[in-house]
Amino acid sequence: MLPLCLLLPQVIITAVFFFYPAGQAVWQSMFIPDPFGLKSQFVGFGNFEFLFGDRYYRAAFATTALFSGLVTVVSMGLALYLAVLADRLIKGSGVYRTLLIWPYAVAPAVAGVLWLFMFNTRVGVVAWYLGLLGYDWNHVLNEAEAMGLVVAASSWGRVSYNFLFFLAGLQAIPKSVIEAAAIDGARFWTRFRTIVFPLLSPTTFFLLVVNIVYAFFETFGVIHTITSGGPQQATTILVYKVFADGFVGQDLGSSAAQSVVLLVVVGAMTIIQFKFVERRVHY
Amino acid sequence: MKIKTLGLALASSMVLTGTAYAQTEIQWWHAFTGPLGGLLAEQVEQFNASQSDYVVVGSHKGNYSETLNAGIAAFRAGEQPHIMMVFEVGTATMMAAKGAVVPVYKVMADAGVPFDSDAYMGAVKGYYTTPEGDMLSLPYNSSTPVLYVNRDAFSDAGLDPDMDLSTWQNVGKALDGLKAAGHSCPLTTAWQSWVHLENMSTWHDVPFATKENGFGGLDTELAFNGPVQVKHIQQMGDWARDGKFIYAGRRNEGGANFRAGECALFTESSAGYAGVKKEAEFDFEIRTLPHWDGVDGAPQNTIIGGSSLWVMAGKSADEYKGVGQFLAFLSTSDIQAKWHQNTGYLPITNAAADQTKAEGFYEKNPGTEIAGMQMTSKAPTANSKGLRLGSFDQIRGIIDEELEAVWAGDKTAQEAMDSAVERGNVLLRRFEQANG
Repeated sequence: MLPLCLLLPQVIITAVFFFYPAGQAVWQSMFIPDPFGLKSQFVGFGNFEFLFGDRYYRAAFATTALFSGLVTVVSMGLALYLAVLADRLIKGSGVYRTLLIWPYAVAPAVAGVLWLFMFNTRVGVVAWYLGLLGYDWNHVLNEAEAMGLVVAASSWGRVSYNFLFFLAGLQAIPKSVIEAAAIDGARFWTRFRTIVFPLLSPTTFFLLVVNIVYAFFETFGVIHTITSGGPQQATTILVYKVFADGFVGQDLGSSAAQSVVLLVVVGAMTIIQFKFVERRVHY
Repeated sequence: MKIKTLGLALASSMVLTGTAYAQTEIQWWHAFTGPLGGLLAEQVEQFNASQSDYVVVGSHKGNYSETLNAGIAAFRAGEQPHIMMVFEVGTATMMAAKGAVVPVYKVMADAGVPFDSDAYMGAVKGYYTTPEGDMLSLPYNSSTPVLYVNRDAFSDAGLDPDMDLSTWQNVGKALDGLKAAGHSCPLTTAWQSWVHLENMSTWHDVPFATKENGFGGLDTELAFNGPVQVKHIQQMGDWARDGKFIYAGRRNEGGANFRAGECALFTESSAGYAGVKKEAEFDFEIRTLPHWDGVDGAPQNTIIGGSSLWVMAGKSADEYKGVGQFLAFLSTSDIQAKWHQNTGYLPITNAAADQTKAEGFYEKNPGTEIAGMQMTSKAPTANSKGLRLGSFDQIRGIIDEELEAVWAGDKTAQEAMDSAVERGNVLLRRFEQANG
């Protein structure tokens, strides 16, 4: 009886905040309702047929893969680099750490607006300096620049979060191991590659899972404020399309079907990560 | 002593709630902030001060899309406001939601408020009226696109600022001159789909969609891939390639560039007038939206953008009485004339237009009469009375994407418009299925 009681809070939370809404989404994905909920038609898998018949929806998968991949690599790579540097600092590391953690407190939509101001094609300060260098910045028409901008804005706040975990991970590595390697004549890079990185792998793996989920679900505020999915459909990722079809288009049936697709995709990806990537993690 | 104070406090609080109960509260959800929000709040205060039975409470719920969403979500939860501001592209959605709204003509009749739908400007009213002539929502802010000219930019480029810009052919010549003089932004626009496709269609009397642009039924299909629209978009695309048309974004991002004096010509809503007047440190002028010379029937008339007020279902008769009185108050000439003169939005009643004219406002502010003239100089045709399309906010998104492909040189205008029509029709069929 006691084990059940101890499990109960977690079970209730999972049921209320995950199973119930996920079940609702699955149920709604089989209907085409009118926006006001006055009437609703059962269409079975009609919403899914409609979605996968749309080549722009299929293209959003590739966009999402590119976007999530870039956000994960950029935010984790930068965070690891900064964490390694901060770990080696002897004086003033507290100040660096505090400053590096600040951006995490900025909401995605606000981060989006900040970056948009800096890169505004006409009044943005960065765009202006680029203009002085002879580079014509125009993310409202150039697809690669738009993608770069939303990736930068989405990764920025995330660097802080990843930095915290990497720094903690680095500090947990016993100094004696590293010192022993140094005495054996291993240079910094060799020590990092053969000792530090493998010992850091539990942290890296955790961050990989968390960052991919972040890039999939929490970035639509950034995309909404900076590009609205444009130019053309260059930055329309799956979760932004859920938002756009549901909240702009009031097409709740399609929106629900898309959430179900997202749920399946992220679920499958997490399973793959735990099955294949985790094997290479040393705890 | 303590008990006495408590008793007093209790009594006074009861008196307070008592008075609050005597006044029926009317909720109005709207999408305005800044100067427009201020003017709106002023209207509400004026109404509240003018009578003691009702108190209108205005609440800002975000931009147009967000306000509509908030209203829909609230309706599903049974907590809808009495009055909801809905932008014109949401009109078809609201019209299809028969059980969720109460038509304005019915509100007025039930409330016993005198209401003559002929007092409202035809070109504005038509957008929100059934084919039988019943007004479903009350027009609130309505504007139409016009051409803003930076006269100083013309002089600096050695062009005559008074040159004729009534046709796109002449605008093309001006752009050539500006470009030759090294101008970095000869032309920019706001709301590209609204100005350069929707209004271009009605202005040239060609259909934007079949079935009278959707007024004739939900089985309408898009038709803006015709020769007139394609020619215009292709020309704009060529101008974009040559650096004569600068694309700034999907909404009104171009406005900042024009007001800063960077752009010479700017196609934007007549409601942009207040902002330009306030910020522009150069000599500017409002001109009629250009048309293509040689197209039969052009210029016909332009159509409105903006919002109207919808009355939501599920409230008591007394509350609807207050709603009726408030809507009638908003339609009075004084309120409308002030709104028109301060914002650049059209006056919604003919009386307000006459009053503005009589006050000599147009002579003192040349160009402010152009929007009204564009709308009213010809009786609207089946192609030009407005648009009534489901999922139109999303269809505009598709049009934005396809236009960006033209501006970037990735697609020809014909390819882009064919693709937009095809993709938009899929959404229209889905809307028909959900609401039919």
